Amino acid sequence: MTEPLEVNYQELKHLVSERALKGETVLLNMGPQHPSTHGVLRLLLELDGEVIVNCVPDIGFLHTGIEKNMEAKRWELAEVMTDRTDYLNTTGNNLAYCLAIERLADLDVPPRAQAVRVILVELERISNHLVWLGTHALDLAAMSMFLYCFRERESILDIKEICSGQRMMTTFFRPGGLWRDIPADFEIAIRRFLRMFPGRIKQYEALLTKNPLWMDRTRNIGKISADDAINMSLTGPVLRGSGVAYDVRKAQPYSGYEQYDFIIPTGTHGDVYDRYLVRMEEMRQSLRIIQQALDKLPYGPFRSNNRKYVPPPRAELGTSMEAVIHHFKLWTEGFKVPKGAVYVPVESPKGELGYYLESNGGNQPYRIHMRTPSFVHLQALPLMCKGHLVADLVGIIGSVDIVLGDCDR
Amino acid sequence: MSEEHLNTTLKSIKERFGLHDSDLMKYPPTLIVAPEKIIEVSQVLRDEFGFNFLCELTAVDYWPEEEPRFNVIYGFYSHANNVRMALRVPLNGDYPSLHTLEGVYRGANWHEREVWDMFGIKFEGHSDLRRILMSHDWEGHPLRKDYPLGYEEPQFTFNYDEIDKRKHHGRYEEA
Repeated sequence: MTEPLEVNYQELKHLVSERALKGETVLLNMGPQHPSTHGVLRLLLELDGEVIVNCVPDIGFLHTGIEKNMEAKRWELAEVMTDRTDYLNTTGNNLAYCLAIERLADLDVPPRAQAVRVILVELERISNHLVWLGTHALDLAAMSMFLYCFRERESILDIKEICSGQRMMTTFFRPGGLWRDIPADFEIAIRRFLRMFPGRIKQYEALLTKNPLWMDRTRNIGKISADDAINMSLTGPVLRGSGVAYDVRKAQPYSGYEQYDFIIPTGTHGDVYDRYLVRMEEMRQSLRIIQQALDKLPYGPFRSNNRKYVPPPRAELGTSMEAVIHHFKLWTEGFKVPKGAVYVPVESPKGELGYYLESNGGNQPYRIHMRTPSFVHLQALPLMCKGHLVADLVGIIGSVDIVLGDCDR
Repeated sequence: MSEEHLNTTLKSIKERFGLHDSDLMKYPPTLIVAPEKIIEVSQVLRDEFGFNFLCELTAVDYWPEEEPRFNVIYGFYSHANNVRMALRVPLNGDYPSLHTLEGVYRGANWHEREVWDMFGIKFEGHSDLRRILMSHDWEGHPLRKDYPLGYEEPQFTFNYDEIDKRKHHGRYEEA
C-alpha cells in the first residue's frame, strides 16, 4: 500500500487565476459536506471578497463503480443498479435502460405498458421537481416550501408503492413491458392526485413567483446564454430556461409520447428565476400528459409475448413444457441480447439521460455508459457563477438541479 | 426533412473523408473515423452540417484484443435539423492518445477527463486532464476489461482459462 499523495498545489495551479498565486484573492473550500451542495460536491472557490472569481467543482465522492458492476451482472439483474444512480428519477433510469435493450433486441412493448410507463415517468418528473423546489427554496431560506413539497411527494411515492411494492427503487419497468400489471386502485389514486395537485402548484407559485425576496435572490443570477448552453452540452430545464425548446420527448418521441398533447415551456433570460418558471410549468404539462394517458389507457397485455426475453405467465407453467423450458432458461442464464451497440436518450427531469449499451451477444452487457444530466450540467457551474456572490452560488447549484449519485455513478 | 439532412450529411462526409459505416451501432447512424481525423470531421460536422451539440462521449475496451483495443464513441445532435449521429474512433495499443475535442465542443472537457480516468486514453491538448471520478492518487483505470472487479471470480471448467488470464494481471504500470 503506497502512501496517499497529498493534493499538490502545483497540480491545481492552472485552474485559478494569477491573482490567487500572488495572494490577492482567497481560495476557499466549499463542501463536500456542505448542506447546500445537494450531496457530496466539493467546490474550490476563488474569491475576491465576497465575489466569486472562479469555481472548480470536484466530484467523484459518490463514485460507486456502477458501470463496472453492471458489466458483471446479467441484463435483468443489472437493471436494479440503474435505479441507484439517480434516486429522484428511478423509473426514468429504468425506462432508458429498458428502451435501450428493446432497441438492441427489437423487442416490442404493448401499448398498455407504454402508457403506464409514461404515467409513472411523468409522476416521477413531478416528484423530482418537488424535491428540487423544496430544497432549492430551502437553500434560499424559504423553509415552509420544503415541508409542502415533501408532503405532496409522499402521495407520488404511495402510488409507486401500490404498483411495485417499493417507494423509491421500484425496478418496475422490465425489458418488454412491466414487472406486473397495475393494481385496481392505481387509477383511483392517480385521479385523486390529479384533482389535488393543480391547486398545490398554485399555492407554491403564490408563495414564490411574485415574492420580492425570491425574485431578488433569483433574477439575473446564474445567467447562461443559449449558445454557451448548447456548447456546454446542457439539456433539460437549464437549456430551456435559456430559450432553446429542446425536449427529447418532442424531438425524438419514445414510449408513445407522440400521442400526447403538451408544450415545452421555455424561458428567455437563462437565469435562476427562468429555470424555476420552466420547471413549474413542466409540472403542469406533466399533469396534462398523465391525464391524457390515463383517459385512454389501453387494455391488453402488460408485457411482450416474446418468450426469449420475457418469462411466461405462472399459469402456463403447469400446462406447457415449452413455458417451463423458457422459465428455466431465463432464471438460470438470463436472456441474450444480440451483438450491437445503441445510444438511447430519454428526457429525464434533469435533462437528457442517455444510455449507451453495447452487447457482444452474451447474457451480460459488454459496456454500459450513462450520459447523466447532472454530470454534464455541473461542468457548466463555473460559467454560471462567475461574478456572483457566494450566497448566490447556493441558489445556482439548486437551480441546476443535480443529484450527486447521478453525477458520480 | 431531417432524415434527408442526415443522409446527405453521411454521404458527403463519407465521400470527403473516405469513411465507413459502423455495422455494430444500431442507433444512431455511425461512421468509423481514424483518430487523427476526429477534429477535422467534427469541425466540419459542427460548422457545415449543424451538429452543434455533443451529447455523448465514451469509450469501450476490447481487451485482450489489441487492434483495436479501444473504441471512443462521440454522439452528436443537431438542434436545427433534429437528427442524431455518432462517430467511432478505433484506437490501438494499451496507452493510446487522441486529440481533444475541447476546442470544438467545450462540453467535451469533463467527458474526456472521465474517459482518461476510466480507460487511460490520453487526450492531447486537453486543458485539465486530471482524474475526475476516482481519487487523484488512484492506480489503474477501472473500466478497462483487465481491471478486476474486486473479488475472485469462481472458475468452472467452461470458463477456467478465460478467468485465469484475468487473474494474474497485477496492477499495471502507467506507460
